[in-house]
Amino acid sequence: MNKISSTNEFVIKFANVNGSGSASANQMFAKGVFRSGIPVSPKNIFPSNIQGLPTWFEIRVSAKGYLGRKAGIDFMVAMNPQSYNQDVAELNSGGYLLYDSSWKRDFNREDINIIEVPLTALCVEEFPNPKTRLLFKNLVYVGVLSNLMKINKNIFIELIHEQFQGKEKLIAPNIQALELGFAYAEKNLNDACDISVKEEDLTKGMILTNGNNAGGLGCVYGGATVCAWYPITPSTSLAESYKKYCDQFRVDEKTGKNKFAFVQAEDELSSIGMAIGANWNGARAFTATSGPGISLMTEFVGLAYFAEIPVVIFNIQRGGPSTGMPTRTQQSDILSCAYASHGDTKHVMLIPADPKECFEFAADSFDISDRLQTPVFVLSDLDIGMNDWTCPEFEWDDKRKFDRGKVLSKNDLDELDSWGRYLDIDGDGIPYRTLPGTHPEKGAYFTRGSSHDEYARYIEDGEINAKNLSRILKKFAGAYSYLPKPTYKQDTNASSKGLIYFGSTEAAMQESLDLLSSFGYPIDAMRIRSFPFGPEVWDFIDQHESVYIVEQNRDAQMRILIMAEGEINPLKLISILCFDGAPITAKFISESIIEHLDEQNISQTAEKIK
Amino acid sequence: MTYIIKPANHHPNLERNELGLTRRDYEGTISTLCAGCGHDSISAAVIEACYQLSLSSDQIAKLSGIGCSSKSPSYFLNQAHGFNSVHGRMPSVATGANLGNQDLLYMGVSGDGDTAGIGIGQFMHAARRQLNITYIVENNGTYGLTKGQFSATNDQGAKSKYGEENLFAPIDLPTMAIQLGAGFVGRSFSGDKDQLVPLLKAAMQFKGFSLIDIISPCVTFNNHVGSTKSYDHIREHNESVSSLDFVPIGEEIKASYKEGSKIDVPLHDGAIITLEKLSKKYNPLDKGKAIQGLNEAEKDGKVLTGLLYINPKVKDHAEILNIANTPLNQFKEADLCPGKSKLAQINASLN
Repeated sequence: MNKISSTNEFVIKFANVNGSGSASANQMFAKGVFRSGIPVSPKNIFPSNIQGLPTWFEIRVSAKGYLGRKAGIDFMVAMNPQSYNQDVAELNSGGYLLYDSSWKRDFNREDINIIEVPLTALCVEEFPNPKTRLLFKNLVYVGVLSNLMKINKNIFIELIHEQFQGKEKLIAPNIQALELGFAYAEKNLNDACDISVKEEDLTKGMILTNGNNAGGLGCVYGGATVCAWYPITPSTSLAESYKKYCDQFRVDEKTGKNKFAFVQAEDELSSIGMAIGANWNGARAFTATSGPGISLMTEFVGLAYFAEIPVVIFNIQRGGPSTGMPTRTQQSDILSCAYASHGDTKHVMLIPADPKECFEFAADSFDISDRLQTPVFVLSDLDIGMNDWTCPEFEWDDKRKFDRGKVLSKNDLDELDSWGRYLDIDGDGIPYRTLPGTHPEKGAYFTRGSSHDEYARYIEDGEINAKNLSRILKKFAGAYSYLPKPTYKQDTNASSKGLIYFGSTEAAMQESLDLLSSFGYPIDAMRIRSFPFGPEVWDFIDQHESVYIVEQNRDAQMRILIMAEGEINPLKLISILCFDGAPITAKFISESIIEHLDEQNISQTAEKIK
Repeated sequence: MTYIIKPANHHPNLERNELGLTRRDYEGTISTLCAGCGHDSISAAVIEACYQLSLSSDQIAKLSGIGCSSKSPSYFLNQAHGFNSVHGRMPSVATGANLGNQDLLYMGVSGDGDTAGIGIGQFMHAARRQLNITYIVENNGTYGLTKGQFSATNDQGAKSKYGEENLFAPIDLPTMAIQLGAGFVGRSFSGDKDQLVPLLKAAMQFKGFSLIDIISPCVTFNNHVGSTKSYDHIREHNESVSSLDFVPIGEEIKASYKEGSKIDVPLHDGAIITLEKLSKKYNPLDKGKAIQGLNEAEKDGKVLTGLLYINPKVKDHAEILNIANTPLNQFKEADLCPGKSKLAQINASLN
């Protein structure tokens, strides 16, 4: 029998029943490998359901640091008879299938290695309480894997201690379950598996966390004091993370009172309304949502755009359209955010690619929004938001100050003879704002979404309105200088072909480029991190004969945006699109590009022959 | 509107309040509503109430939605910041503004379309959260700016200007607000300044959600025979349940009411609302009885006005959320950002 043999490079998948407590055991396994010094990328593939449906947890282990999703499973822990057929089919030839052999099964594949562990039987024997014994099953297979893959058992024991801090009673039985599985494998499964984990030092300076945790933390660091939100997958945990860190850092020790407000609104219209109201008053405020919430918020987004009120909106994108696939990932709200709301509107977008950038962009977004007096969207997605990523540690400079932008103080107002809320004094299109309650006689004005002149007075004069709209466009045109610049995978461009990508596609990109190179197709790659685009984007497109744009949506939304904003010839921009809701893979990207290049070569050759 | 130096052409002998301000100092821009519009009388009552309370306009925020009513905050308190938000969504903007700075006095101005139609959800939740706001509904039963459609507060069977009959039962905002837990609920009539001004004063000093539903006839679209929101109809069917005085802290209670009918309601800061009950049956301190009284009056075709319900013990939204006394918009980096050393601890917990 062929056996996959690999050290520190493999994909393991857990097939479980939703609500069976498997997620924390699977996460523990991922963390065990991470603590062994090997980068991991766990992905939770879960149904929109509380209990009973199939759920999967896929972990790619890669010493090379290839952390994009990879199709084809090397090791399957099949705990759900409901999905056996599908799970077995996904295994690579020579792969391993571990299942609960308390009920024996035949699997119709000759080319895989079956590892039988009577998990239920073991638990029934070991644990008297029928209610909890099933939960321990998960820890038993972690113990089995620890033995099979030679992962230091003590790492898991340490993790159990950490996880059950405060619930000490649970520590002993969990360790017991782990030991049970470990001992069973030791006794019965010698040489059953040639996949192993060898300790390395590759995760030094790295953390394992998800983008929503990081984003919530970034809001705390960025000085947000109001979070108004409405529960929606996959954004909910961002708001909850903000609350968690506020409870830790923002409760006044003397008074016990909160230096933050956390409001679960009645819907998304209300949550963004609250965020806008707080920002109008000079308190940094944000909301977190996903596609359907964005649709509901768009009227308010237009108000904040036109009345020039800062507000930060996190969009943790999920599969659309409509309710779509709430628990799957996509990058399909690029256009609905870039041009959200009726009338001529355009919005700043920050597009993080991993949890570290979620932290940084969250903190930056408040400075940018205050500086530009306009809504800022932070466009993450389910893959970054809800999955743990191996990424560099968070960093912070204590000298950093909040950039509150052009806000007039009482003294500033005292020194001014006249002031207009929407006057472009500095020539950058950004006017000066005042906050309610600043000055007894000066600076009061009427904020409105109806057309207004430079002094915020209601007008119906088309020329004045057009002038105002042009000024806002000027402000937008200069916005890129405050935004994160693109990053590149090469120091200098070396190919006639370019590739543009963004967001969570980062995880699969280095592997894609390496694959392409190995097939003789070196390609230059640039990652867009914000909108509006700066000159770097146009230069990169200029410098290449043709440019692939890799996106996780159907309609090539980033390509449309680039074409529209840069008046780029559509023939120059070739789409690589993945929109099945699973994180994009390096295999998909490289194969799609090679296929295109081959077709192009054939047609060029045909042209020559003619 | 952006500030302009106000012309100093007041009559030299204009009466001045404690701040040395005249009523003119509380005015806004010139109204663009129809001549005779009830809303303008309400603006005048707001000016009078703020003048009498000697409030600093700059410490007031005026927020509104969309509609004729929502235009009216431009017509009072020029030195107060205003926010004309989107249709029906003023409550959420006011909630956020209040979270950002609890020290300002929030005045929400809305209409029956803005509140009972498109914005009923936000209205209900603001009341339920006990947002600290004086929420004025300028209620004329009609959509004026779009030329006279029925609103959700219009009575069943009432006739439009064009003779069309309203088929649906009305939403009674005070009844709903009491049900939802609003701490202060009143109703008045734009034509009854004597009742409206003390009611506004009391509402503005109340900490919590205070609704004043003000019947404010639309002279252009809903002031005809067959309308139940016309000047004539309201004058005929108005029944006041109470007469009240708002007495700021330290002032002597001057109103003398009949023995046995007087109630003093102390507010959170020590100010007192003195109330004369005009109806034996009606009790504004009892939620169940207040709702019962409103239901019975509705059956009799009467419009109850005055202070309909008050619960001086409510906690407002910011208090419920345990928010610091310092307004959130005043905190700086040192208060808000945990810094590098804490981040190192967080990093350590994630590896």
